[in-house]
Amino acid sequence: MVEITIISGKGGTGKTSLTAAFAHLASNHVICDLDVDAPDLHLILKPENEYLEEFFSGHEAIIDQNLCSSCGECLERCKYNAIKETPEGLMVDLLACEGCKVCVHFCPVGAIEFPMRRCGQWYLSKTRFGPLVHAQLFPGEENSGLLVSLLRKQARGMAEKENYNLILSDGAPGIGCPVISSLSGTDLAVAVTEPTPSGSHDLERVVNLCEHFKIPVGVIINKFDINLDQVKKIENFCQDHGLSLVGKLPYDHAFTEAMVQAKTITEYQSGDLAEEIGRIWARIEALAQLKKAA
Amino acid sequence: MIIALASGKGGTGKTTVCASLVRIWDKPVQAVDLDVEEPNLALYLKPELSGRLISEMEIPVSDQEKCTACGACSEICQFKAITVLGEYLLTFPEMCHGCGGCLAVCPEGALSLGARELGEVLWGQAGEIDFLMGRLRVGEAMSPPLMRDVKKRLDSSRDVIIDAPPGTSCPAINAVKDADVIVLVTEPTPFGFYDLKLAREAFTPIGKPMGVVMNRTGFGDAGAYDYCRATGLPILLEIPYDRRVAEKYSQGEVIADALPEFRGRFIELAARIRELAAGDLKEVSNG
Repeated sequence: MVEITIISGKGGTGKTSLTAAFAHLASNHVICDLDVDAPDLHLILKPENEYLEEFFSGHEAIIDQNLCSSCGECLERCKYNAIKETPEGLMVDLLACEGCKVCVHFCPVGAIEFPMRRCGQWYLSKTRFGPLVHAQLFPGEENSGLLVSLLRKQARGMAEKENYNLILSDGAPGIGCPVISSLSGTDLAVAVTEPTPSGSHDLERVVNLCEHFKIPVGVIINKFDINLDQVKKIENFCQDHGLSLVGKLPYDHAFTEAMVQAKTITEYQSGDLAEEIGRIWARIEALAQLKKAA
Repeated sequence: MIIALASGKGGTGKTTVCASLVRIWDKPVQAVDLDVEEPNLALYLKPELSGRLISEMEIPVSDQEKCTACGACSEICQFKAITVLGEYLLTFPEMCHGCGGCLAVCPEGALSLGARELGEVLWGQAGEIDFLMGRLRVGEAMSPPLMRDVKKRLDSSRDVIIDAPPGTSCPAINAVKDADVIVLVTEPTPFGFYDLKLAREAFTPIGKPMGVVMNRTGFGDAGAYDYCRATGLPILLEIPYDRRVAEKYSQGEVIADALPEFRGRFIELAARIRELAAGDLKEVSNG
């Protein structure tokens, strides 16, 4: 079984549109949306949910105003400035609370409750291209990394049990907690970039992250015709870092038109663009097998 | 006044709008890049940096000699960052959230303060613009504590314009929660609409006025417009799709400077943002 994760560093480079096209082109696979914060893959894949589970992770502190003596011990000890003085008494700002339990432990009158935090939901679904494992983190929640790990575990379990030989995942933008959780132990990361200063800058950082975790990387340059000088720079970067450039795609409104119709670009049209995406996918599969074997 | 430019979806043009807005904004103004995972504002404003500090998180360092393996530290730790294995005390610095709980409960004084590098805080000048940014160390998972260190240098004596990270989880909330007004940059596509909805839901509890910049208009669909109308989210500015914008951006240029016909739109946006902050927004088209 092979795991391929599509990432980008910078948002808006076409990561999800391409993942959806690859989901269409691949066979015998489980699809996984690891961008749990702003998941978009389902907008194209239109999944039928078959299973739903609440995601609880960590705890949150809540002060019981009937018991609180307003001594301020919690206020002093909280490293996250999450305790606020209000006219109604001391209150916990749940957007700032990280659930560390320090206030709960040191409250001299036991006035702080510490319930589990409901952070989101995750789903097992059916799509026209195969099963989809996905989730929605509730707005403003943390622990997205744990939710990403949970989804990957579900996808792996499903692949092993039902003999799927590929897990194709759409990762999150950035280089922080959800991205690190998406990458650890994946066989191949494919970074989708664009020839702009932000595109190359963010590619460099996300490639450094992959190198840090010893994950092989393939690169796709999307919207390549916007700036050929920048393309050259990215190509040089790939060469210097021993990265495989798996393809280049032009700036094309067809991506948006396909999205509006909830289709993958490869379903929406069958011209040059779709053919090139087909070739790119074939290279990615071959590269993943190669890296897995190594 | 603090203005935060945010978006659910990445790549909608947040940094493009931010760079142009600070350029035309009445000085003095401070531009702040809080997208510490992928900070890009400096690539466009090209500031001369004059200061730098390393941001660190306080983590425990164990003294095996003093430890009696009582387990109080691992009991309070909610992040699996410290544990007692047999007689041995193990710490996992990369898991630590820096709450200080273990240090506070250790009865033997077997833990002392150490540090984990989170990244750097950088500042300088881009002409008349004060510039400030954070840059997360590659391999570091937690951006909110670094963002807190960046925010300590916000200059409240002037207007502050923040480029926030995309998304709606903890880093995004941390970037916008002290703002006086939140500007959501989106595009009229199904992805743009869905992520705009998530962002509005995430930021509504903060209780600050919000408005929308609709970028790359002229194709896509009506979902995001319908949503703005239905929820009363004002559209402060529309930027029609123009290939020249993408090309200038790819050359590292600021749109308000490179394409004079767009400059007026950003001046208009600045006026709208001031009205929105003052609670007296006039004549908004709303699509």
